[in-house]
Amino acid sequence: MVASAIAAACRGAKEPGREPSRHYGLGHTASVAEIAERDIDAGPDGAGLPAGNGTVAQGGTIFTQKCASCHGANGEGRPPMYPALVGRDPSAENFVFGRNPNLKRTIGNYWPYATTVFDYVRRAMPQTAPGSLTNDELYAVTAYLLAANQVIPTDASLDAHSLAAVKMPYVTRFVPDNRRGGPEVK
Amino acid sequence: MSDPIRLLGAPTSAVGGRAAVVQTARTPTGDVVGSSLTPLQDLSGTITPADLHFERHHAGVPAIDPAHHTLLIHGLVDRPTSFSVDDIKRFPRVTRIHFIECSGNGELAFRGGVFGTPNPGLTPQRVAGLTGNSEWTGVTLRVLLEEVGAKPDGTWLLAEGGDACLLARSIPIAKAMDDTLVVWAQNGEPIRPEQGFPLRLLLPGWEGSTNVKWLRRIELGTRPWMTRWETATYTDPLLDGTARQFAFEMDARSIITSPAHPETITSGWREITGLAWTGRGKITRVEISTDAGHTWSNARLQEPVLSKAHVRFTQMWQWDGHETILMSRATDETGYVQPTRAELIRIRGPGTLYHWNPIYGWKVAANGRVFFHGAT
Repeated sequence: MVASAIAAACRGAKEPGREPSRHYGLGHTASVAEIAERDIDAGPDGAGLPAGNGTVAQGGTIFTQKCASCHGANGEGRPPMYPALVGRDPSAENFVFGRNPNLKRTIGNYWPYATTVFDYVRRAMPQTAPGSLTNDELYAVTAYLLAANQVIPTDASLDAHSLAAVKMPYVTRFVPDNRRGGPEVK
Repeated sequence: MSDPIRLLGAPTSAVGGRAAVVQTARTPTGDVVGSSLTPLQDLSGTITPADLHFERHHAGVPAIDPAHHTLLIHGLVDRPTSFSVDDIKRFPRVTRIHFIECSGNGELAFRGGVFGTPNPGLTPQRVAGLTGNSEWTGVTLRVLLEEVGAKPDGTWLLAEGGDACLLARSIPIAKAMDDTLVVWAQNGEPIRPEQGFPLRLLLPGWEGSTNVKWLRRIELGTRPWMTRWETATYTDPLLDGTARQFAFEMDARSIITSPAHPETITSGWREITGLAWTGRGKITRVEISTDAGHTWSNARLQEPVLSKAHVRFTQMWQWDGHETILMSRATDETGYVQPTRAELIRIRGPGTLYHWNPIYGWKVAANGRVFFHGAT
């Protein structure tokens, strides 16, 4: 602790425009409740997924009631405002999007992580009532979308454990950025 | 008819406005998921007026009361802390000039469109208007992370905004500790609502969506969260069947803003002028061609040339009245040279997404009318 404080102060002394590092005691310690209220993200390893479960069939009903008016009865979308969610067009398989700007990217032929569906719907959907779905409904809608995209069986049920275990078909296509500037354009 | 300068003028005013004949505006789509473009052709110098700075939203502009807004920093920290806006303003402040650019800038100009070549009726605003350059005031994220005691095993952070979609992006700790800012002022005044009032994240040189507006939460963790905005979107499909993820840095770009469509020019001397920028530091050179790319010469760069900021370039040109194409080409401090559209298509594919930064041209017809020439 002391060594790092000295190092931090020395860093500050070397940069004339910068205040040396110190602790200011500003802000207030966040309570467990304050954190819980905002900490609703779900990560690719399943961390953050809440208790709950839902079936594909239940999700289909919710989709019809709460999603289809924007995303289409079968999730085909109303571009550009409401993206296509569902589709495994054979001509778009094998990740050939770089060749053809007209191919539609859907959950099934593009998205690398199933937990992203849960996370995004939980924080953002339906657009006019974000945060209104219960955890069970979130699992159901996620199950429905994954099944419609031929990623999980149509009789499946999802909970935190089984959702975290879903492997999306194109996850290995996502690669880190290899651009570095310099004379070679990548 | 009386001479207007002999009439007693208007009195002092509380908030100024533009002269009535100066009709400049963004291009709003009127959508909550949409954008509005900076009128690049109407600007001089390098600073984008805050009310003309582009917008890109995914759930509209929230109306946030700063008295109740807080920024929560938690996760792998010694002290999970909630900061009010007033708290944030009590930290040591810095002021920096930086551009912000959406990684989707230039889509229309890149695409072939109906005729197979980009639309000649595009203006600089429509070609590359998803960018703006402002003076930003705030506190470094480094100071905030040191304040809460960021633990050494925190390697990624999730930055989340307070719009209706709670837009969230994963940021590597190295950038967070480098030059990232939490800002509250733009061009000397509080950030406007559409630019993220009361707090936003500023990641100099990095794609626009990482500059999270209406910032309300930062969580430290050990791996990216893989949100929608770094998987389903903001990933770049390539020809080899992969998609580039976390393509954060904006490549060097330049665009001539005059002469440009829809101007009509006369022969004789005038200045060719435009803007250049790079997310990798400083622009070191902008070259201009006035003969459709056959020859190039260095333009003047308006000092000071700042890192990760728009730079104004200029070159006097004597037009002889013959049809030609004007082009600009930026080089940055890494040695990167702005490619042609043909090169970009060859390297990334015609279907690639984001980071479209090709050389842009303006065709000057013999009658002086200027059109966008995108097929470089």
